[in-house]
Amino acid sequence: MYDVSQEQLEDIDAILKGDLLSIGVHCTIIIDVAGNTIAQIDDGHCTFDVAAFAALAAGNFAAVDAMAKLVGEEQFSLHFHRGESESIHFSKVNEDILLICIFGQDVSLGFLRLKTAEVIDKIKSIWDK
Amino acid sequence: MGFINVKKKEVQIKIVYYGPGRGGKTTNLDYINKKYKQRIKTEMVSIKTHGDRTLFFDFLPVDIGKIHGFDIKIQLYTVPGQVKYNATRKLVLKGVDGLVFVADLQKERQESNIKSLEQMKENLLTHNKDISKIPLVLQYNKIDLKKEGIPLLSVEEMEQDLNQELKVPSFVGSAITGENVVETLKKIISMTLISFRKELQ
Repeated sequence: MYDVSQEQLEDIDAILKGDLLSIGVHCTIIIDVAGNTIAQIDDGHCTFDVAAFAALAAGNFAAVDAMAKLVGEEQFSLHFHRGESESIHFSKVNEDILLICIFGQDVSLGFLRLKTAEVIDKIKSIWDK
Repeated sequence: MGFINVKKKEVQIKIVYYGPGRGGKTTNLDYINKKYKQRIKTEMVSIKTHGDRTLFFDFLPVDIGKIHGFDIKIQLYTVPGQVKYNATRKLVLKGVDGLVFVADLQKERQESNIKSLEQMKENLLTHNKDISKIPLVLQYNKIDLKKEGIPLLSVEEMEQDLNQELKVPSFVGSAITGENVVETLKKIISMTLISFRKELQ
């Protein structure tokens, strides 16, 4: 079992809000590889079941990661599902945690990838404290 | 790996039901889902094949109330039992905090039980987890088949096959009628929480 301090969680929330919700991301979730939800921030319109989403997302990411290794890749650099109105982008923060962004058509994937790269660096430094 | 969220005052714990194919893992979760419908706010998530067999996992979150001011959220998972899905079983075991091994009492399933337990041991090792150190409960399932005249193994035989070295709590049960399903769940939850008692104090 592990924990993260309240200060760390608040810092993470502030980064998710300031860097991702501010560009139009609808919902952003930090989960661990076991499927636990560490942080979740949304624009107030997300009504889906976050616990079930986290379990499925962790399983999905782990399955894709295992497939990458089977074909001789260390990992796939882009893990993204495009929908008609909502899309999902996954990124690995470190060996233990993942960042997931749910966003609409008003956010470009390229811009989101730039922003998530920045966010990952920031979260890493908080996580390692 | 259980996670304590100090901000939300919440603890998330992952318990995995493991065992041979068609042994009753999903049926355990189905029973729990029906029995505690009022406490389970969401739908059970199942990733199944067209033939209704578990393809990836089943997922059922259960809130069990507060301990030391923390909301305890138990997340129940099953693994796919079919032999060919071992890569998937390994993935589901990632970060597991407690295990229920659902064995099948039918005589013809004796070898499958032993093989599945052996493989669980190996799979845990790939996550640097030792079977003797993780909370584990055995459930000898399908006792309801006795009255239908299907040859079953005795509890002594099951203990000899699976629990001789482990010496963990075991229950004879029936996932389909609910016999000892809740007792199995309560036992694994209490064992898992005890293993986290230091962190929770």
